[in-house]
Amino acid sequence: MSIVAAENTGFWAWLMAPKRRGALLVTPAIAILFVMNIFPLLWSFGLSFFNFRANRLNVPTFQGLENYQRVLVDEKVWERFQTTALIVGSSVMLQLIFGFLLALMFAKSFPLRRIVLMLVLTPMMLSFVSVGVFFKLFYEPTFGIVSHVLNEFSSEPFVMLGSPGGAIAGIVIADAWMWSPFVMLLVLAGLVSVPKYLYEAAEIDRASPWRRFWTITFPYIKSLLLLAILFRTIETFKLFDIVYIITEGGPGSSTETIAVYLYRIAFQFFRTSQSSALAYIVLFVVIVLTNLYLYAVNRRESEVG
Amino acid sequence: MARRNREIGKAGWGYTALTGIVGLVYFFPVLWIILTAFKTRTDALAVPPKFIFTPTFDNFISVFYRASITTGSDQATNMGLYFFNSIFIAGTAVILALIVGTLAAYAFSRYPLRGNDTYLFIILTTRMMPPIVVIIPIFLMFRLSGLSGTYWGIILLYTAFNIPFSVWLVKSFFDELNPEIEDAARMDGATERRVFFGMCIPQILAGLAATFVFGLILTWNEFLFALLLTGVETRTVPVAMARTLGGEVGVDYGLLAAIVTLFLIPIFFVTFLLQNQLLRGVTFGTVKK
Repeated sequence: MSIVAAENTGFWAWLMAPKRRGALLVTPAIAILFVMNIFPLLWSFGLSFFNFRANRLNVPTFQGLENYQRVLVDEKVWERFQTTALIVGSSVMLQLIFGFLLALMFAKSFPLRRIVLMLVLTPMMLSFVSVGVFFKLFYEPTFGIVSHVLNEFSSEPFVMLGSPGGAIAGIVIADAWMWSPFVMLLVLAGLVSVPKYLYEAAEIDRASPWRRFWTITFPYIKSLLLLAILFRTIETFKLFDIVYIITEGGPGSSTETIAVYLYRIAFQFFRTSQSSALAYIVLFVVIVLTNLYLYAVNRRESEVG
Repeated sequence: MARRNREIGKAGWGYTALTGIVGLVYFFPVLWIILTAFKTRTDALAVPPKFIFTPTFDNFISVFYRASITTGSDQATNMGLYFFNSIFIAGTAVILALIVGTLAAYAFSRYPLRGNDTYLFIILTTRMMPPIVVIIPIFLMFRLSGLSGTYWGIILLYTAFNIPFSVWLVKSFFDELNPEIEDAARMDGATERRVFFGMCIPQILAGLAATFVFGLILTWNEFLFALLLTGVETRTVPVAMARTLGGEVGVDYGLLAAIVTLFLIPIFFVTFLLQNQLLRGVTFGTVKK
């Protein structure tokens, strides 16, 4: 099978043998991942059983499962999970609606499509820091443009981030605005993969637009929509920067997501080990979501085949 | 194989006008940021917010040259260096991940091993985990090994972040090719190297471009690790951006907007040029040509 191996001898020949080629090609990727991801991951797994604090020098002692126990009985953790679920749920829902509508709009070809599409794609390329800072400015009661527009309609001065509900809405809008284009790209990919002859056949059968959508279009984008939901759920679950900049978790702790809480435990209270334990519980949730995600990917692959 | 029509239908200039309006509404916050970059400090925080104003380029000048906090006199900032750092670090990391990921993807696609799915799953999980899980060990590791503040450290870290997606995406592109043609070429005496570089790679170039754009968008704005792991010499723009936020007089929105605008330009053009490939990228390559 191989001619390369025959040209060499000794260790080089052993290394280049055809049966080792697969493993050899994978090695660089696995090596980098091991050093930069898997090793630190195992390290923090180890830390989660000790009482290590990153700001102290004393030798950490073994604590067994105490950190996990402490995290699991912590009522705050469950509150943060609920806040996160609320933000993730509403943000992903908005992203789906907007992404879907935008995709329908861009599914046609029209003059300057490439340029108009760029207008919609740009939010995705902004940094979280800038989106956070400027959305905070938009919501600002005195200088903000959102407040300015809304004050035209009501006599009460509008303070978006003053109430828990408003603060959550503020974060959700910023996040959904940023990532709807991503959902749009996915749905658009599904829409353009629908074979044209199906529409032609529907035309001959005089199927109504509604029926055409459910019987032809929807089956082709169904699993891509599922993909979008799961991918965005996993990513929004990690939402940190925007929350931290717009509300810092407030008012009170009404917008403190699990990622912000994790950050506080680790870098404000310096309970490093406890944060590792919580991080592992979060990781477990993410792995469950990842499994669902893979299931969706595989389904898509077998359908389009 | 007949090429499917990419779009459902065609529309004229009227439709362009309609989508253009929707697009501009969606683009409005970005537009506002860009407008802010041309405003003076008073205009940026005017009540009511100003749409019409005399544009100034002062903010763009201050990006590179402004009064220092310590001395009070104007001096050059290192922003030029930070722009170079961002482009160099993100670019190198994404390309490195693409090379390493393509090799691995080829192996996963063509030399199925036992437990392949498990490896692929572990690779993907490393991308899905919240970064905060590993941030403390990585911070300690970087400090102990002296990688902290070096180009190599942050480049390797970003490479690791991009490998999972690169492997998954590129594998799905390889999977779409027909291995029988490759076997036929081998029968005719083509070397492995020739099959890989001469046959497989040219066929998936569009896919590689998609992977590149996708990775670049996700790496370009990374903040948390850049904040903790880069030094004065290797600082990236998002970190420098965040550093302009502090200060006694509050956020200088004009200055920040100018940095954001300048920082948007490179990624905007790369995405514009490779837009069609990006469509394939986001679906994990499951959409057939």
